[in-house]
Amino acid sequence: MIHILLFADLQEKVGKDQLELEEESISVKELKKKIKNEYGLLQLDQVMTAINEEYAMENDIVKSGDTVAFIPPVSGG
Amino acid sequence: MTDSLFEIVEEPIDVEAIIEKVKRREAGAITTFMGTVREWTKGKRTVYLKYQAYKPMAVKMLTKIGDEIEEKWPNTKVAITHRIGHLDISDLAVVIAVSSPHRKAAYEANEYAIERIKQIVPIWKKEHWEDGETWIGDQLETAAYPSGSPNIKDV
Repeated sequence: MIHILLFADLQEKVGKDQLELEEESISVKELKKKIKNEYGLLQLDQVMTAINEEYAMENDIVKSGDTVAFIPPVSGG
Repeated sequence: MTDSLFEIVEEPIDVEAIIEKVKRREAGAITTFMGTVREWTKGKRTVYLKYQAYKPMAVKMLTKIGDEIEEKWPNTKVAITHRIGHLDISDLAVVIAVSSPHRKAAYEANEYAIERIKQIVPIWKKEHWEDGETWIGDQLETAAYPSGSPNIKDV
């Protein structure tokens, strides 16, 4: 099970702040594609991804038990 | 607020408390930066803002900025607090305090901190106007994501 966290406009678009995905192991790229198709989240192409609170690359592998966060362009400060 | 140097809080920020965190006998300068909620942006009037954060990661990234500063400007001390939730016009959204033996490092490190916050800290601002609302994306004046996708080397 992979835990997925959504923020800002992603959260509003999906209507939830968390998702769960039954996968043993999947690349960030594939995971994004899946979620993008399932929820129509076109903006996923423009978001960064964090695995367990660290920024990750598209080819990094997410494993069951990991927490993935999609990080839209940030606007703090 | 606690003694921790890097914090995300929901209550108003006490500037004096942030300054206290970096006060040291060896410091000859303390710079503070206060980011406040602006009413007018490009002709549009903001009524209030809402900030959201991925809290644990935001604290981690603030800590990372502190580490970067210590490396670039040795013997500085940094404290950063960002507020989230509902903020009204002129409320303090972020306070950065840097102390150093001499002023130049304190000025430079402080500016570096706010620029990095706008790059890597997972906090989002939602503008509420008189006639609507929207989440604000990247607002770096340097067009950080020219290709339309974030660049990992900024991280």
